[in-house]
Amino acid sequence: MTMLENVKRTVRRYQTWPLSTGEKQPAIDISHQVLLYVEGLSVSFDGFKALNDLNLYINDGELRCLIGANGAGKTTLMDVITGKTHPDSGAVYFGQTIDLLGKTEAQIAQLGIGRKFQKPTVFEEQTVFANLELAMKANKGIVSTLLARLSPSELDWISEVLDTIGLKSHYQMLAGALSHGQKQWLEIGMLLIADPRLMLVDEPVAGMTAQETERTAELLTSLAGERTVVVVEHDMEFVRSIAKTVTVLHQGSVLAEGSMSDVQSDPAVIEVYLGEEQ
Amino acid sequence: MNTIRNQFSSLHQLREKAPVFLAALFGITIYASVCNLWVPEESVFYVSTYTITLLGKYLCYALLALAVDVVWGYCGILSLGHGAFFALGGYAMGMYLMRQIGDRGVYGDPLLPDFMVFLNWQELPWFWHGFDQFWFAMLAMLLVPGLLAFVFGWLAFRSRVAGVYLSIMTQALTYALMLSFFRNEMGFGGNNGLTDFKDLLGFNLQSDGMRVALFLCSALMLALAYCLSLLIMSSRFGRVVIGIRDAEDRARFIGFKAENYKVSLFVYSALLAAVAGALYVPQVGIINPGEFSPLNSIEVVVWVAVGGRGTLYGAIVGALLVNYAKTRFTAIFPDAWLFALGALFVSVTIFLPWGLMGLFRGKKLFNRERLPWFKRRKNGGETE
Amino acid sequence: MIKHIIGFMLLVVTAVASATDVAETDLRQISQQLVGAKLKALPAVVKQLEAGGESALPLLEAMLKGRLYIRKSDKLIVIAERQDDGDYALVDALSAESLEASPKKRLKKVKVNNRLRVQLREIIARVTLSSEDPKIRESAVRNMLNKMSDRNLALLTKAKDIETDKKVLAVIDLALAINDVNNTNSQALRLAALEVMDGSLEPIVFNTLSSLLARDDAGNNIEADAAVHAKAQKIYDRIQQKIDFYELLEQVFFGLSLGSVLLLIATGLAITFGVMGVINMAHGELIMIGAYTAYVVQLLMPNSLEYSILVAIPVAFLVAGAVGVIIERCVIRFLQGRPLETLLATFGISLILQQTVRSIFSPLNRQVSSPSWLSGSLELNPIFSLTYNRLYILLFALLVFFILQLVLKRTSLGLHVRAVSQNRDMAKAIGIRTEWVDAMTFGLGSGIAGIAGVALSQLTNVGPNLGQAYIIDSFMVVVFGGVGNLWGTLVGGFSLGVANKFLEPVTGAVLANIVVLVSIILFIQKRPRGLFPQKGRAAG
Repeated sequence: MTMLENVKRTVRRYQTWPLSTGEKQPAIDISHQVLLYVEGLSVSFDGFKALNDLNLYINDGELRCLIGANGAGKTTLMDVITGKTHPDSGAVYFGQTIDLLGKTEAQIAQLGIGRKFQKPTVFEEQTVFANLELAMKANKGIVSTLLARLSPSELDWISEVLDTIGLKSHYQMLAGALSHGQKQWLEIGMLLIADPRLMLVDEPVAGMTAQETERTAELLTSLAGERTVVVVEHDMEFVRSIAKTVTVLHQGSVLAEGSMSDVQSDPAVIEVYLGEEQ
Repeated sequence: MNTIRNQFSSLHQLREKAPVFLAALFGITIYASVCNLWVPEESVFYVSTYTITLLGKYLCYALLALAVDVVWGYCGILSLGHGAFFALGGYAMGMYLMRQIGDRGVYGDPLLPDFMVFLNWQELPWFWHGFDQFWFAMLAMLLVPGLLAFVFGWLAFRSRVAGVYLSIMTQALTYALMLSFFRNEMGFGGNNGLTDFKDLLGFNLQSDGMRVALFLCSALMLALAYCLSLLIMSSRFGRVVIGIRDAEDRARFIGFKAENYKVSLFVYSALLAAVAGALYVPQVGIINPGEFSPLNSIEVVVWVAVGGRGTLYGAIVGALLVNYAKTRFTAIFPDAWLFALGALFVSVTIFLPWGLMGLFRGKKLFNRERLPWFKRRKNGGETE
Repeated sequence: MIKHIIGFMLLVVTAVASATDVAETDLRQISQQLVGAKLKALPAVVKQLEAGGESALPLLEAMLKGRLYIRKSDKLIVIAERQDDGDYALVDALSAESLEASPKKRLKKVKVNNRLRVQLREIIARVTLSSEDPKIRESAVRNMLNKMSDRNLALLTKAKDIETDKKVLAVIDLALAINDVNNTNSQALRLAALEVMDGSLEPIVFNTLSSLLARDDAGNNIEADAAVHAKAQKIYDRIQQKIDFYELLEQVFFGLSLGSVLLLIATGLAITFGVMGVINMAHGELIMIGAYTAYVVQLLMPNSLEYSILVAIPVAFLVAGAVGVIIERCVIRFLQGRPLETLLATFGISLILQQTVRSIFSPLNRQVSSPSWLSGSLELNPIFSLTYNRLYILLFALLVFFILQLVLKRTSLGLHVRAVSQNRDMAKAIGIRTEWVDAMTFGLGSGIAGIAGVALSQLTNVGPNLGQAYIIDSFMVVVFGGVGNLWGTLVGGFSLGVANKFLEPVTGAVLANIVVLVSIILFIQKRPRGLFPQKGRAAG
C-alpha cells in the first residue's frame, strides 16, 4: 500500500477510530446449533497442566453445568473463553466463525459473552443503579460513554432488571454495602442487562441462603432457551435442580458428560470422586 | 425516576456542584485584583503585587493538583511524574518567552537566547523554530506533554502495568527527563533553565497589570478545568473510570477497554498539568530542570491526599492549604518544612485516607472502619 | 674561584664516601648540611646522600616531591604531610620515626629547583636499581621507561649484566629495545627490538609504536624503513587488539562494580517488596543511615581506622534494621494492603530522616576514610588494574547475597518469610505470626540497606542525599528482575550495571542512564512482572 493511500485513509472525513467508538459486532453463525466450540485446549502454569486437551461443545440455548473437584480446570476454562488467559494450544470458537483466542476481554464481552466471577466482583464504590447502568448493553467506546445520556427506555430496562434481581429497594445503595448474596445477585443482574448470548456463571449460589439459592435456580432455568448459560457450581443439590446436561472435568479434561443421573452412575466419575471403592 | 436521571446527567451535576466553587474562586480573585489595581497602596485593603503573584502561583499548583486528582483519585493511577508534564508545559511557554526577549538579552543576539550565545552556538536548534509565534508555542505546550503521556500511557497500560510498578515508572520518567534537561547539549539552558523573561504578547511581565492578568487567567483556567473535569467525571465515562479503579477485571468483562480509558484520562490529565506549567512560568519568571525532580511530583500527590482525592475540589483546597503552609513555614522555620511535609505524608495516609474533604462527606467517606486501630480492634487484632 | 675549589673538593669527598656504605649517623650528618644550605650548594649535598643507599631513599623521594622540611626548633630534617586539621604530620626523614604534629609555621621547606629534581630522579633511579628487592628494581626500571636519557641507558645496560631476576630483566630489555627502535639506524637491530616489544602492554610501547607509525602532514609515512614500518604496524595492531580486550574487561568490571552496588541496594528493596508488597521509598535514607553509622563508628575509634569499617558493618546492619523495624511498627503495619499509601507514607519518612540527618550532621558531606587494605589497586598488567575498594565491594555484595539466600532457605525465619510471601492468609492460618514476620522482614531489608550504606561510604562522600542517587536505579533493578526470587535481583543488578557502563562511552553518563530507563520501560511491555515473576495462578 502506498503512503498516499495510507494518508488518504487516515484523513477520510467519515473515518471513525476504534478508540472512540465501539466495534461493530459480527453476526454469530450458529448454523450447526453449537454456540461455543472448545477444542484441544491446553494451558499450563509452570509445568502444572491446568487444562489438558479439553474438548467441549455448548449448544445454543443450552443450560450446561460444569462440575469437578478443585483444580479440575473449571475457572481456567472460563479464563480462556473470556480472554483472561492465553492457552498453550487449542481453539475456541464462538459460533462457526468467530475465533475468541487473540481477542481481548473487552472485545469478547462486546461479542456477547458475559461472565460472573467466583468471588462476586461489582463496583463497590458505586450505587447498584450505576453498576447496572455501566453493565448495560451499549456502545462502550470512549466518546459515546462521555456523551451518554440515560434514555427513558434504558431506565425502564434497568428498573426491570432491578425487579428481577430483587434489589429494587436498594438501587441507591453503594454496591459495597450489599450482603454477599446480594452482590451475587447484582453481578447476575449485570450479566442480564448486558443482554449476552452466552453467560458464564462461576459459583452463583456461594454464600446464598436456601431461599436465595432457589430463586437463583429459577432465574437460571428461565433464562435457558433464549440465552446459553454455563454454570460452574460445587453445590450438587443446586446442580441437580437446574441441570439438564452436566460435564465433569477432571485434571484439565472432560471426564464424563450427560444427564445428572448418567454422570452419577458413571464408574469413572465414581472412582474419581469416591476413590478406590467402586 | 426523574431524580435518577438528574443524578446521571453530568450537566445537572455541574449545575448542582460548580456554582459554590466558582463563586468562591472568582470572588477572591476579583477582590484581590481590584484591591491591587485600584486601591491605593497605603490602604489596609491594598493587596500587594507580590501577593497577587503568590496567589497566581497557588492557582497553578491547584490546577496541577486537579490533574493528579483526575488520574489518582478517580482511576487509581498514582502518578509520581506529573511534574514532568507541568515542566514540559512550562518549558514550551519559557521557550516562547525566551524568543520574545529578542536582542534585549545580555549578549544582544537578535536570534539566539543568551545561554546559546554563551555556549558558542551558531544557530538556533531546529526545535526552537516556531517558538517566536505564540500560537505555535501554545500548540507545542499541549502537544508535547500530551504526546508523551499518550506514548507512555499506551505502553504502560496496554501491558497492564499498574499499582506501584506504574508509580515507579512514572517517577523514572520524570527522573530521566530531569537528567536530560540538565544537560547543556539538550538546548534548554541546562542547569540554569530559561529565565530573564521580558514580555508576553508584547506586555511587560513585570507590570502590575500583566501580573493581575496572569492571575486572572490562572483562575479562569482553573475554573474551566474544574468544570470540564466535573462534567467528565459525572458522565458515564467518569463512572467507567471509577469502575476501572475499583474492579478493573469487572470493567473489562462488561466490555470496556480499560487501557483506552486509562490512556485518554492520563492524556487529559497531562494536558491540565501542562497548562498549569505554562501559566506558572511567566508568573515566577523562571523554568529550570529542578521542576522535573521526583520530589516535586510527589509533593503534588500529598496536596491531593491532604485535600481528599476523588473530589476535584479537595485537590484544589489541598494544594492551596499546603502551599500556603509551605510559604509560611519556610519563612519562619526554614529547616522544619521538610519535617512538616514528611509528617503530613505519614499522618494523612494513616489518619485521613480520604483527606480533609473526607471529613465533610459524612458517614460514607469519614469511615471509622478505615482507621487502623478500629479495624484491628474489631477483627481482634487481625487485619484483613 | 674559591667556590669552584670547594665544589671540587666536595666531589672528591663524595666519590670516596660512596665507595663504602655510610652508617646512619654519617648520613644524618650529611643530611644536616641541608639545613641552611643555599640552593646552589644543594646538588653537592644530594650527591653525598646517594652514598646512604636505600636508607636515604625516603629522604630523597620526599625532597623530590617537595615534602621535605626542617623543623625550626631543633633543625631536624623531617618529612611532613598535611593533615585534615591543617597541621602537618611529621616523620623523621631518616629513622622514619613518627613525631608530634606541628603547624606549618614551625617548619621550613627544603627548596628544590628543576635541576635538582633531575638530579634527584637520577640518584633515586640508581639507588633503586641496585636495591636488594626485585620489585623495587622493577619499578625503578619502569620509571625510567618514560624518560630514557643517555645516562639512564648507561645505567640500564650496566644493570642488565648483573640482573638475575627474570621480570626485571624483561623490563630492562623492553627499555633497551625502545631505545634501539628510536635511536639506532641498523634495520636488524630495530627489527629485533620490535620483536622484543611485541605484546607488551606498557603505555610507552604503544606510544613509541604510534609515533613510529605516524604520518606527516602530506600523509606520507615518517618512518622511512618499510620493513620496520610493516613490522611495527603488525605489532601495533596486535597490541591494539589486546588493549581493546582489556578495555572491554575494564568496562565489564566497572559495570559489575556498579551492579554490585545496585545489587546491595536492590536486595533489601526486593525483600520488602516481595514479601510485603511494600515499596519502601525510605530505602535510600536507610542506606544513608548505614553510611553515617560507618562515619560515627570511625569517629568513635580513631585509633584503629583499619578495622572500624569491619565494626561498622554489623553496627550499621543493626542500626538501620532497628530504624526499619520502628518504621514498620509505627507506620507500615497500619497501611497493609494499600501499597500506594504505603509508598507515600514511606516517602514522608524519607523526608523526615533526611532532614533529621541534616540537623544532626549538617548538610555538608562527610568523608569516611578507607583503610589501607581497601585502597590501592590490584595491577594485573600495565593497563588493567582493579581498584581494591570496588573489588571488595563486589565480593561483599555477592557474600551478602548468598548469606541472605542461606537465611531464606535454611532458617525458620526464612521459611516463614517465604510462606508469608507466597500466601499470607494461609501462613496466618497455620499459625505463623505474620506481624512478626513483617517486622523482621522489614528489619532485614533495612539492615541490608544499612550494609549497603557502609559499602557506599567507601566509594563516595557521605551526605544526606546519598541514598537518592542510587534509589531510582535500584527500583529499576527490582522492576527489571521481578520479585519472584532474589536471583532476579542479582541478574537485574548486574545487567543494569554493565549496560550502564557499556553505554557510557558511547552516549555519556547521563544519556546512558536515560537509555537504560527507557529500555526498562519498554522491557516491562514484554514482561510486566520482570525477569523472574512471582509464580502461580494467584499472581495472574
